[in-house]
Amino acid sequence: MNILVCISHVPDTTSKINFTESDTKFDTTGVQFIINPNDEFGLTRAIWFKEKIGAQVHVIHVGTSAADPTLRKCLAIGADKAYRIDAPATDGSAVANELAAFAKDHAYDLIIAGRESIDYNGAMVPGMLSALLDMPFVPNCVGLTIDNGMATAEREIDGGREQLKAHLPIVIGAQKGLVEESDLRIPNMRGIMQARQKPFEVVPSQGAEAKTKDVSFEKPAPKAAVKLIPADDIDQLIELLHKEAKVI
Amino acid sequence: MSVLVFIETENNTLKRNAAEVASYGVALATLLNTSCKAIVFHATNPETLGQFGIKEVTLVSDAPTHFDAHAYAEIVAEHAQKNEFSQVVVSSSADAKYLAPILAVKLQAAYVPNVVNLPQSTTPLSYKRAAFTNKAFAYSEVLAANSVIGVSNNSFGVVEKNERCAVVPSSSASPSTKLEQLSIEKVTGIATIADADVVVSGGRGLKGPENWHLVEALADVLGAATACSKPVSDMGWRSHDEHVGQTGKPVSTNLYIAIGISGAIQHLAGVNSSKVKVVINNDPEAPFFKAADYGVVGDAFEVVPKLTQKLKEFKA
Ligand SMILES: Cc1cc2nc3c(=O)[nH]c(=O)nc-3n(C[C@H](O)[C@H](O)[C@H](O)COP(=O)(O)OP(=O)(O)OC[C@H]3O[C@@H](n4cnc5c(N)ncnc54)[C@H](O)[C@@H]3O)c2cc1C
Ligand SMILES: Nc1ncnc2c1ncn2[C@@H]1O[C@H](COP(=O)(O)O)[C@@H](O)[C@H]1O
Repeated sequence: MNILVCISHVPDTTSKINFTESDTKFDTTGVQFIINPNDEFGLTRAIWFKEKIGAQVHVIHVGTSAADPTLRKCLAIGADKAYRIDAPATDGSAVANELAAFAKDHAYDLIIAGRESIDYNGAMVPGMLSALLDMPFVPNCVGLTIDNGMATAEREIDGGREQLKAHLPIVIGAQKGLVEESDLRIPNMRGIMQARQKPFEVVPSQGAEAKTKDVSFEKPAPKAAVKLIPADDIDQLIELLHKEAKVI
Repeated sequence: MSVLVFIETENNTLKRNAAEVASYGVALATLLNTSCKAIVFHATNPETLGQFGIKEVTLVSDAPTHFDAHAYAEIVAEHAQKNEFSQVVVSSSADAKYLAPILAVKLQAAYVPNVVNLPQSTTPLSYKRAAFTNKAFAYSEVLAANSVIGVSNNSFGVVEKNERCAVVPSSSASPSTKLEQLSIEKVTGIATIADADVVVSGGRGLKGPENWHLVEALADVLGAATACSKPVSDMGWRSHDEHVGQTGKPVSTNLYIAIGISGAIQHLAGVNSSKVKVVINNDPEAPFFKAADYGVVGDAFEVVPKLTQKLKEFKA
């Protein structure tokens, strides 16, 4: 089985978000970049398949060399080969088109992306990729087993879960729940050494065009100070929620 | 340049979020000087969309009865192309986020998710949308002729119009499905995090699952959904799908009540777009108070039952 895991490279979850150049660029100063947490759940499941039923696991990123350390980390925790498509990740549509062009030339049985990236948050790439490749897609995927070319997957829905079945190849959008958090791996010395020997290929861009352009950014307006209500005056809280906030 | 609104249903009736997406679509059409129509699958009450200004809705009844993103996207795309709709408006529910990217590819359209407002400019179309898990907004310009717009929950609001809405049955062939549905488990009769107007959420400060009756009782009087912080679901006190935050479900309600939750940046990121936040915490230094509108510094085990009791009296 051949598995492709799409990796986005995002600011660490504790990062304060700031912009530069008159609010037109994300300010990377002092920001630590990590594997998008949803992608890490997906990668961990891919490595589980590799160890349990045998699979080749490739990781891929569309973007600049800034993400190379993130891809090396994926190799160190068990992926077999890394690709980077050398194109600026301008929008979800361009990224999905670059990935689709690549995937068409390689026979993958399973393509794993994250539910959404925690930076641009489109939840766009995996669905678009599935449509471009005409493959079934399971978003919000919290369970996946594969048996004889058939995938059984579980999708989280509003208020519950749905079990789905499809023939491979499929695309999934991974999220928390797909693997246990305790199964996530931290690269060890051996993994890091091995990663240096593993293939890492830079692929030229197909020149996919973006359909949207983020022209500027804005931070939410600062919040007014909290109104504190004494614990022995709950009536006042109800009054404020009713008359001032008008939410009850 | 006309506008098509995709309306979702639950048990064959329009979902609550139909009111907001319909209102948005009608306002967008007015701004673009064009008309707005809707499309809905298997609904028994589509004509009620007139309440929000929709004058015509296409009713599809020959598609899979459960939501099937691939099949539905194909039908909506075909309908949009045939009738020259260039802007398709959808909600931000889990199903809409499933449908939208597939639909955008079929329409060769731009997809702008998490939109919080009408376009800032119309030439070119430019939308304000939430990004960086609500830590910031982006202004996204549309470079394509067609677009799919995902409206962020509770961002635009509902505009009552009271028009008469004609229902036009459609007759498209049902596309084959790519995914076989094996089963579905869904809670019924209680509010879900995505749909609820109010969410009551508990954190590690509640000490253990045996104390969740406090959260449930408060949610019950408010008709609210219950949620929790990440460690609470990690420890198995509550099920995974109640976990909210940056790596859990997003919460975008009118009222979010956080009990015994410290307000870590990853938690706040996922709930910050809720309109009004009430925090109950016994530590006056808890970071959540900085992000809250109303706060009670006190022991949850005393404050919450009192609040529940007082709300019961208030509602009575
Ligand atoms: C990659 C990553 C992703 C994450 N994603 C998320 C996410 O999506 N969602 C999320 O929630 N977290 C997330 N976290 C975890 C987050 O950093 C915090 O650890 C978590 O939100 C803390 O949960 P808590 O507030 O319930 O617990 P604690 O931080 O332990 O806070 C408990 C609070 O309860 C208060 N308290 C104690 N006793 C009482 C009492 N009797 N009455 C009233 N108050 C009381 C305390 O003062 C304290 O403020 C993530 C972390 C990482 C590293
Ligand atoms: N530049 C990229 N390169 C490779 N994969 C990506 C990239 N951007 C997004 N993805 C994948 O698509 C998922 C959803 O991202 P998004 O559509 O940005 O929310 C991510 O979790 C990744 O798996």
